[in-house]
Amino acid sequence: MRKTTPSQDFIRGIWNENPVLIQMLGLCPALAVTNTVKNALAMSAATFFVICCSSVLISAFKRFIPSEVRISAYILVIATFVTLADMLLQAYAPVQHKDLGAFIALIVVNCMILGRQEAFSAKNNVYRSLLDAIGTGIGFTIALVMMGGFREILGTGSFLEISLFGPSFEPWVIMVLPAGGFLTLGFILLAMGYIEQRKKARPAGDKPETVEASS
Amino acid sequence: MNDQTLFSIFFSAMVVNNFTLAMFLGLCPFMGVSARVETALRMGLANIFVLVLTSLAAWFLNTFILEQVPYLRIISFIIVVASLVQIVEMVVKKISPTLFRQLGIFLPLMTTNCAIFGLAIFQTNRGYGFFQGITFAVGAGLGLTLALVLMASIRESVEFSDVPDIAKGTGLVLIIAGTLSMAFMGFAGLL
Repeated sequence: MRKTTPSQDFIRGIWNENPVLIQMLGLCPALAVTNTVKNALAMSAATFFVICCSSVLISAFKRFIPSEVRISAYILVIATFVTLADMLLQAYAPVQHKDLGAFIALIVVNCMILGRQEAFSAKNNVYRSLLDAIGTGIGFTIALVMMGGFREILGTGSFLEISLFGPSFEPWVIMVLPAGGFLTLGFILLAMGYIEQRKKARPAGDKPETVEASS
Repeated sequence: MNDQTLFSIFFSAMVVNNFTLAMFLGLCPFMGVSARVETALRMGLANIFVLVLTSLAAWFLNTFILEQVPYLRIISFIIVVASLVQIVEMVVKKISPTLFRQLGIFLPLMTTNCAIFGLAIFQTNRGYGFFQGITFAVGAGLGLTLALVLMASIRESVEFSDVPDIAKGTGLVLIIAGTLSMAFMGFAGLL
């Protein structure tokens, strides 16, 4: 494994290896609960809590976890923290808890969390693992809030329940329905592919292309 | 106890609230093994099998054990799902090594397949009984298979068509999924 600096550990999850947009992990929650920004934020907060706690615990105890049963051990640790998050949300934010419903419990099977434990926490110290978990959590939050933003603005004409366009706006109902989730993420990925292609083409491209790109 | 009829549970799980296209469960295999129709079909069948077993196990846990300790629900469900997948993996490896190779990483990944775990959670939340649970599982499994096979057949024909470079890969699959999901919305008025 290549050596990385602590700041690289932190940035990696946010940008280069963004769990949702690049690695396509944790897609179920990213699509299912992003019909409003509020839900997206609640989901991100819960996931953030779970990934940070489990990364710290697993990296602290990695010496005591036999490698044959490590996956089961990780799953158990994650499940414990998900139960905690479920109870905390139920106690302090009952409305959000009701909106998210079964998807809180489904954080257990979010491949992103298990993936970070297996790929990073199991091999690095507590400090590094925490940085990595925070970075991944922030990356997840950015992706979810971005999708929630697009879907809420287009689907209901409001952002965080504040109306943006006035009564004359005809909402795109499709965006808050399941199909809208697939389409939003699909178009975000297409846009990212387009930007990536432009980036690659620019240094190699001849003059007219550069002019077109900068205009 | 929920008093929905078996037929409405079955139909709702299969098309109206299709696990993949309406509830976003089981997206990883949906993206991963939907490149060939035959593999997709087999993955779907393996899913049905695991779903039914999970439904039985969840019913058993709910009825006999979790009454006393509701806070252990998430933990005990995930253990049950993980062990079931392990057993299925061993059985498949023994009976059909070819299928085992074809499914590859997606068979053990079924442990973290939201569809399996989601089924156990939804079944509990809706208070389904024994037969309702099994019907729900079969319906959901058939729905998953349907979505997988539809997706795989679309992707097989897309492969030979001329798509822009940026759209190759996941972006296009998601747009197709969105279109399929819209088509499935047409069933919404049925129940």
